[in-house]
Amino acid sequence: MSDVGVSEVRCPACEGDVEIDSSTRQFEIVECPDCRSELEVIGLSPMTLALAPEVDEDWGE
Amino acid sequence: MAADRLRVAVFGASGYVGGELLRLLLGHPQVEIAAATSTRYAGRPVGTVHPNLRGLTGLRFRSPEEMGGFDVVFLAAELQTAIKVGADLAKRNECLIDLSPAYRLRDPAVFERYYGTAHTAPELLGSFVSGHPEDNRAALRTARLVSVPGCMVIATLIALRPFAADDLVDGDVIVDCRIGSSGSGAAAERLNLHAERSGALRVFAPHGHRHEAEVCQASGLAVRMTATGVEAVRGAQVVCHVPLRRPLSEVEIRRLYRDAYADEPFVRVIAQRRGLYRLPEPKILIGSNFCDVGFSVTPDGRRVVAVAALDNLMKGSAGTGVQCLNIRMGWPERLGLAFAGLHPI
Ligand SMILES: NC(=O)c1ccc[n+]([C@@H]2O[C@H](COP(=O)([O-])OP(=O)(O)OC[C@H]3O[C@@H](n4cnc5c(N)ncnc54)[C@H](OP(=O)(O)O)[C@@H]3O)[C@@H](O)[C@H]2O)c1
Ligand SMILES: [Zn+2]
Repeated sequence: MSDVGVSEVRCPACEGDVEIDSSTRQFEIVECPDCRSELEVIGLSPMTLALAPEVDEDWGE
Repeated sequence: MAADRLRVAVFGASGYVGGELLRLLLGHPQVEIAAATSTRYAGRPVGTVHPNLRGLTGLRFRSPEEMGGFDVVFLAAELQTAIKVGADLAKRNECLIDLSPAYRLRDPAVFERYYGTAHTAPELLGSFVSGHPEDNRAALRTARLVSVPGCMVIATLIALRPFAADDLVDGDVIVDCRIGSSGSGAAAERLNLHAERSGALRVFAPHGHRHEAEVCQASGLAVRMTATGVEAVRGAQVVCHVPLRRPLSEVEIRRLYRDAYADEPFVRVIAQRRGLYRLPEPKILIGSNFCDVGFSVTPDGRRVVAVAALDNLMKGSAGTGVQCLNIRMGWPERLGLAFAGLHPI
């Protein structure tokens, strides 16, 4: 077990808690465990997340 | 077999719900199946009818006469039989958990309107506690008579509860239900012939489905239901269109669901923005006791599309029946029910 620190950040889409460890770098993509949004780390101090651009899928048109 | 196990009986054990009850109860650490009834298969091993249970038990069906002295009886017969035997089973056994529609509605007039025939034991209506743990856990702890709601009712009540409880609904709620062929029971015969059922998208109840009356009674909402038989053996899904009194954001609605179900052992809030399974779908719930619930809200925040899914033979009937038993006995609610569904399936 390494002792990297973990901080909890609010998901901007659903307000769920997203855990981010201190080794995370700027512009990395993390996933919200709740709504599964892809979130981009746009700031490190304070840790700030934004919705990453996504491609929609369509099951029928 | 441990002497202190609870002695339970399944009345109507040769049907689909009965078979699922046997499967669950055989794996339950605190019970012993003391009787399993069938009129047609009395004397034959239960594996004759339920091949998945072969080799797991020496249990044989017995005829349904003289069913008394059990700690708990699960009643899984069709409606008219359940109405006929309910009073006697209630009198002669410690506890009765009914899976049929016989004692779900409280008002005999509503029963007659939805079932097209008068209830022949109306004095019993209103004496059963609703077997819907998500709304009724406290009453179930001491209940002697329990009536488990219909499968599509359970899913719908779970989907609508956050809005009904907070008086957020403005107008009729439209509920579009889809259900697999096992929902019709093993006696469905012609209805479920492969030739008739395969490929079906059959709108068998465009309005006035019997479950509509149950949802209205339990939620206090004006609900209109449509039911469609789909290409699946197990599974039910409800898509509920809910008009809101005031606009709500996605975040607010998610919070309502989180608050409503944070402590529920079998309700998962599933509303994802990515992935294949973004909203609840029965496919991955097959064989499990989970009810998944999720939603999407229109951009103006005025209408929620709430979706819930479950396995009709599990959380939709037998699984909830065993969950009620666990609550009634003060056992951990997940006992004998904790397993996940299958994936892929
Ligand atoms: N299927 C579902 O998804 C579902 C979900 C929720 C609730 N339910 C309710 O649960 C109950 C059982 O449903 P099911 O789908 O399992 O139906 P099913 O497969 O048709 O089984 C009906 C059971 O009732 C027994 N039975 C029929 N006539 C009888 C009689 N005259 N005396 C004694 N027993 C009799 C049958 O056994 P024998 O014919 O061998 O005696 C069989 O075991 C129904 O009330 C149904 O509405 C079903
Ligand atoms: Zn999220």
